[in-house]
Amino acid sequence: MIETKTLTCVACPKGCEVTVEYEGDEIIDIKGNACPQGQDYAKEEIVAPTRILPTTIRVKNGALPLCPVKTTKQIPLENMFEAMQIIGKKEIEAPVKMGEVLIENIMNTGADIVATRDMPEEI
Amino acid sequence: MSKKYDVIIIGAGISGCAVAWKLARYNLDILLLEKEADVATGTTKANTAIMHAGYNADPDKLKGRLNVKGNEEIREVSKKLNIPYKEIGSLVVGLEGDDLSVIDELYQKGLKNKVKNMEIVDRDWLFEHEPNISRDAVKALWAPTAGVITPWEAALAMAQNAVANGVEVKLQTAVEDVLTEEGKVVGVKTNQGDFAADYVVNSAGLYADEIAKMVGIEKINITPRKGEYYIYDHAKDFAVNHVVFPIPTPISKGIVVTPTVENNLLIGPTSENVESKTDLATTKEGLKEVYEGAKKLYPDLDLRDTIRVFAGLRAADDTEDFVIEAAENVKGFVNVAGIQSPGLASSTAIAGYTADILRDEGLTLSEKKNYIETREEPVRFYEMTNKERAKMVDQNKEYGQIICRCETVSYKEILDAINSPVGARTVNAVKRRTRAGAGRCQAGFCGPRVVDILAQELGIDPTEVKQEEGNSQILEYKIKQLLGSRVMGNA
Amino acid sequence: MLNLKKDLVVIGGGPAGLAAAKKAYDEGIEDVMILERDFELGGILPQCIHNGFGLHYFKEELTGPEYAQRFINDVKERNIEIKLDTMVLDVTKDRKVYAMNKKEGFLEIEAGAVVLAMGCRERTSGAIGIPGTRPAGVITAGTAQRYTNIEGFVPGDEVVILGSGDIGLIMARRMKLEGADVKAVCELLPYTGGLTRNVVQCLEDYDIPLMLNHTVTAIKGEGRLEAVEISEVDENLKPIPATAKTIKADTLLLSVGLIPENELSKKADVVLDDRTGGPIVNEGRETNIEGIFACGNVLHVHDLVDWVTEESQIAGAHAAKYIKNSFAKTNKCVDVKAGENVSYVIPQKIELEAGDRKKIPLYMRVSTPLTAVDINLYADGEKLYSFSEPFAKPGEMISVPLAQKTLDDLDNLNEIKVEIIEKEGE
Repeated sequence: MIETKTLTCVACPKGCEVTVEYEGDEIIDIKGNACPQGQDYAKEEIVAPTRILPTTIRVKNGALPLCPVKTTKQIPLENMFEAMQIIGKKEIEAPVKMGEVLIENIMNTGADIVATRDMPEEI
Repeated sequence: MSKKYDVIIIGAGISGCAVAWKLARYNLDILLLEKEADVATGTTKANTAIMHAGYNADPDKLKGRLNVKGNEEIREVSKKLNIPYKEIGSLVVGLEGDDLSVIDELYQKGLKNKVKNMEIVDRDWLFEHEPNISRDAVKALWAPTAGVITPWEAALAMAQNAVANGVEVKLQTAVEDVLTEEGKVVGVKTNQGDFAADYVVNSAGLYADEIAKMVGIEKINITPRKGEYYIYDHAKDFAVNHVVFPIPTPISKGIVVTPTVENNLLIGPTSENVESKTDLATTKEGLKEVYEGAKKLYPDLDLRDTIRVFAGLRAADDTEDFVIEAAENVKGFVNVAGIQSPGLASSTAIAGYTADILRDEGLTLSEKKNYIETREEPVRFYEMTNKERAKMVDQNKEYGQIICRCETVSYKEILDAINSPVGARTVNAVKRRTRAGAGRCQAGFCGPRVVDILAQELGIDPTEVKQEEGNSQILEYKIKQLLGSRVMGNA
Repeated sequence: MLNLKKDLVVIGGGPAGLAAAKKAYDEGIEDVMILERDFELGGILPQCIHNGFGLHYFKEELTGPEYAQRFINDVKERNIEIKLDTMVLDVTKDRKVYAMNKKEGFLEIEAGAVVLAMGCRERTSGAIGIPGTRPAGVITAGTAQRYTNIEGFVPGDEVVILGSGDIGLIMARRMKLEGADVKAVCELLPYTGGLTRNVVQCLEDYDIPLMLNHTVTAIKGEGRLEAVEISEVDENLKPIPATAKTIKADTLLLSVGLIPENELSKKADVVLDDRTGGPIVNEGRETNIEGIFACGNVLHVHDLVDWVTEESQIAGAHAAKYIKNSFAKTNKCVDVKAGENVSYVIPQKIELEAGDRKKIPLYMRVSTPLTAVDINLYADGEKLYSFSEPFAKPGEMISVPLAQKTLDDLDNLNEIKVEIIEKEGE
């Protein structure tokens, strides 16, 4: 059965309304995107949506009790809550530098969990 | 049972605190009990904050007799106890179409109550002294002795002075029964144990009827009467120079427009009897009534820069008068009930009157030799000049960190609020003492910092810090605490 | 009291202050001091741990802390003087800045120029006057964000969010991911106040209902929040009583707008624009008070930090020029006006000498959302030119450049006006 879905492209802040015609995993037509990024975005949204996961991780001896982290690349949307569990169980030790890998290859997605700021030790 | 006190005072609102303050000058063992986590959390924390001049009350009622006396005493007391008080005067403004004869009647009543310096002023006077007042204003009763005060600060100052003079204050202590033997008071039963005393003063505000019933007094019946308000930021650019009333109705003084001591504009209250003594909800209709009422006096007033709406409950007895008297059936029990407006203005006089009753009932009032008359002035950064602030910071660097930016409250002031006698235990108690969180951002900025300081000073976890009473915790969980149990449920 | 003298004092160490300080430094003003009231630099960015920052300015997607860290590193590399935990109490129109901190006490700083970069604050429940009680658990979305991402607490677990501003949307997802039950986001207006990408990634991804034309009509609960009553509103945005329903909740987050934080500006007699809530500025972001500049959310509330950076660089560069005495004004001022369906335009006036007029972008927001729009510019009533856009939303800023031709001709003009209307023939 052919279905159509209207998506708001979030590849950039412009937010084009993109209409996708598809049957199962097969894309038939994509309309409304102002740039090629919209094409890729719409395809992915239908087949397997992925997202960056930004969250926090607990820090021992840090200037703050938490350090913000993110996945180094988009991971499947369906994996978010399980990833939260894994990150939630972990506690790291200060100091940490922005970009430092804290968890490698989370859930075999190929994405690492990295610090998104410097976290000095508690003074 | 505890050691025996001479007097136990039930309820630490303005009346209970005033009675404690008054009695503290005598050689007495006094215990002040309060069921909430702070003094002044009932009617005292939510009212119009006015020291009425005294022309409203019936000269034949206790209200009429005590109001003027209290108004006169506060000048001295506010200085000694360092309570912010401004004698800005009040106006009862008659508009085109109003029954203007009421103004003359109030003037006559005021004369009978011995209110000083009243004048009836015309529209030209009004336009000069209240530039934003309605162009329909015709004349007004001007009572220069009326003023504005911070009610919870007044109660706290009295409680702190009482403590300095040896009074014990127990918070979170709810009276469950008044104990009597052979027709005489012997103490009270509370959720924190029993306390023995020869005399018990019932200043339990909204609950005074329930306390009275514990000794078999049925004639007191307190009806909660709700008043709703808007309060504005002190940055609001709208001049109101007096406490401004409309022509009163038989049951209410009407919607008042007034600055507070801290220069926040305040409008309200409504006047509506409600069922529940905990019904502190504002209503759409009530707020509309407040705004429309205020607009009659000040047509150009808008709702920009309002920072909060709130409601308070007056403790109205069926007699519509104060009920301050010794019980006939039980010796040693004194009611200080039905304290609604002008209860704040009358508070010191209520306390004096209560002391007289206790003496008549047999309590010996001998003055202490080393009585402390004053309360040390708390540092109030928000009212200081930069020069004064610089001096304070030079003396103690802990003043150098500002926690509440809207109201300019320093770290040291918050520490003092927590660690001084009758110290703050809740976020709202800190707010009442320091104004932290009372400003335009309503604790958006300082809230997390105040929670943190309270937790540190009290040695508790931030998740245990409360806003006010009951289950009013600000924070429910530590981060990641919900993971496991809840997160996968969200998947 | 400590008396200091500085070429440039920047009030606020958030993205605006950091960018302005860095730019002024790079333009040759090395004697710069940033005053920051928090214990670290970055302003609100360290708590905005989500991604979506920097797409315009860095051409890559960053999180808030990363965006901040880059500027923090830049400022530190330049040895710009930073005073943390320092609250500014007063600014005078002759550019004396009074501030305090725990370490040094009271400071009086004489500044060659001042950049106001204090940011904004959130509107509160009191400001919108929701009827009901005043229990714990009713907090602004930004405060909840600070608790969750910095302090390490989840404020509650049955959450309703009022207002679909970006912080509200972001917090809906954030609390959901931390295990809370986010029941709904209510928006009074028929459209959201936030970025579209946030509606998609924060609500749709997690099946959080967005209830447009709905508002909270009562707050219930004595100690902690117990429930909220929500109602649909009619076309005049008045609640319809018959639609009222109660939702059990222990937390109500408010995301009902941001207000530029201009209490200090007022002390320096800076004149504010009623529509933006921020100072009235010229194209160099100078206020009516000579040598006092403003940028970032203190000037007007931005949708993206990228624009804050861009604007703050303008302010920093012009503050540097001012300090170097190379900041010349024409005798005449061209007013920039908001026309049909434009709620405001920044800058509100153009008055610097022609030599400075290389590029003047105009920033604006629409009053109501439209699809297929023409952005029309007029000079003294005469149409100059138009830009077309597929849509315009109040939640998203629009930037249009003034053409060089117009800039060259400015001396002959009195007023420029912008309107954003439906495309002709559609």
